[in-house]
Amino acid sequence: MDDRAAERRLPRLLAGLRSDGMTVSLDMHARRHGRLEPVRDLISLVEQSGLTGRGGGAFPAASKLDAVRSRRGRPVVVVNGAEGEPASGKDKVLLVYAPHLVLDGAVLAARALGARDVIVATASRGAGAAVAAAAAERRDTGISLQRVTVPDRFVAGEETALVQFINGGACLPTLTPPRPFERGVGGAPTLVQNVETLAHVALIARYGPQWFRAVGTPEEPGSTLVTLSGAVQDPGVYEIPLGVSFDELLDEAGGAIAEIQAFLVGGYFGTWIDAADAASARLLDADLAPLRATLGARAIIALPKGACGVAETARVARYLAAESAGQCGPCVHGLAAIADDLSQLVARRAGVDEQRLHRRLGIIPGRGACRHPDGAVRLVRSALDVFAPEFARHFRGGSCTGTGRPVVPMKKER
Amino acid sequence: MARHTLSVDPIACDGRGLCAELFPERVELDEWGYPIIDAEAIGPELEKHARRAVAACPTLALRLQRETVRSGHR
Repeated sequence: MDDRAAERRLPRLLAGLRSDGMTVSLDMHARRHGRLEPVRDLISLVEQSGLTGRGGGAFPAASKLDAVRSRRGRPVVVVNGAEGEPASGKDKVLLVYAPHLVLDGAVLAARALGARDVIVATASRGAGAAVAAAAAERRDTGISLQRVTVPDRFVAGEETALVQFINGGACLPTLTPPRPFERGVGGAPTLVQNVETLAHVALIARYGPQWFRAVGTPEEPGSTLVTLSGAVQDPGVYEIPLGVSFDELLDEAGGAIAEIQAFLVGGYFGTWIDAADAASARLLDADLAPLRATLGARAIIALPKGACGVAETARVARYLAAESAGQCGPCVHGLAAIADDLSQLVARRAGVDEQRLHRRLGIIPGRGACRHPDGAVRLVRSALDVFAPEFARHFRGGSCTGTGRPVVPMKKER
Repeated sequence: MARHTLSVDPIACDGRGLCAELFPERVELDEWGYPIIDAEAIGPELEKHARRAVAACPTLALRLQRETVRSGHR
């Protein structure tokens, strides 16, 4: 294999994971990737790599580092492993199986910023235990690695919620500004960065920005983890180069097990797109933008023909309404009203006013402290678009043509 | 002359509705009683009404801010 081909080889983040499902130890990690060496001007390397946040926002990772660095005071680094998105499991996979990759990235970021405190926030017991064991193996001079267990709920991963929780408050979003980079943990400028993003940083520091850019497209470089579920042979977490087709993604999981009618892209906070549109799109924000979608948290659900998009969306809307932080009236009441409308449609109860549903969807976005209501509305609007014939049937009082078996993965209902 | 914009802290807001009563020119209530605020800047002719609504808010959720020049980084 020539150098170029070696650079393009995947997996990267998931390379060397143990077949017995055990955590990669510090020794094994160092044998594969080499020890963590000091890096000069990490932020420039990250900038040249073009790495963007893999938690949902896709904000340039170097800009986020720069924003924290430009503030006065000693910064704090928070590793965001909350992963409240029910359809996503990628960050947990990294934390449980390859925690040193994530911790390397966090330590590198801390050193680049002059931070001493690194706080790893996780929701799942397995991830927390793996991080604790990994932290005990490490000696990172001048860095204090701490852990915090956050509530396992949707809004916990919102960065202001994490900061407020670490500061002793409720794990709920706060009004912005200030954002964490301005005033975060203990009032210090705080970098809140997603688990996968930091794992990429660890590899970019070792292999360089050009290596990172050897896969993906010039505008959206690198590889990404995707949590794929729905009508595929082997649902799970896969590492793909950015820019592959939906068909190629399905092939990673052993192919589709039914004809696919639509994809939910970006998880619960995502957007439904029609399978016909997906056929001509690559897994890139540039290709998804005309479909009003983004890769978001990179959770993708393949909905088979025979399932009902209205019923699926009703379940997700109900979940998102229940997962409202409960702080802002338009979110609390608005999402509940929309979830009620959709449930009644599915249950064939009379009195669901189509105009009223549209009106409700129109007035909710932008009126919460965080983006929770906006995401829920976007999801429902995309469903109205993609499943227009099914909605029309339901609004006429027709019966649900779905098989009734849920496709979109749910966490345990609370 | 400085122009002002009205905004609400949605966490502090309890939906008491005084703002819509006192300043119907720019505030209406949604079906659940929470304010929908016109984002347009408030000129001097309405400023007095706006200030009265801000002062009357029982949860101090309503704010009148001097309109800032929009920069690229919002």
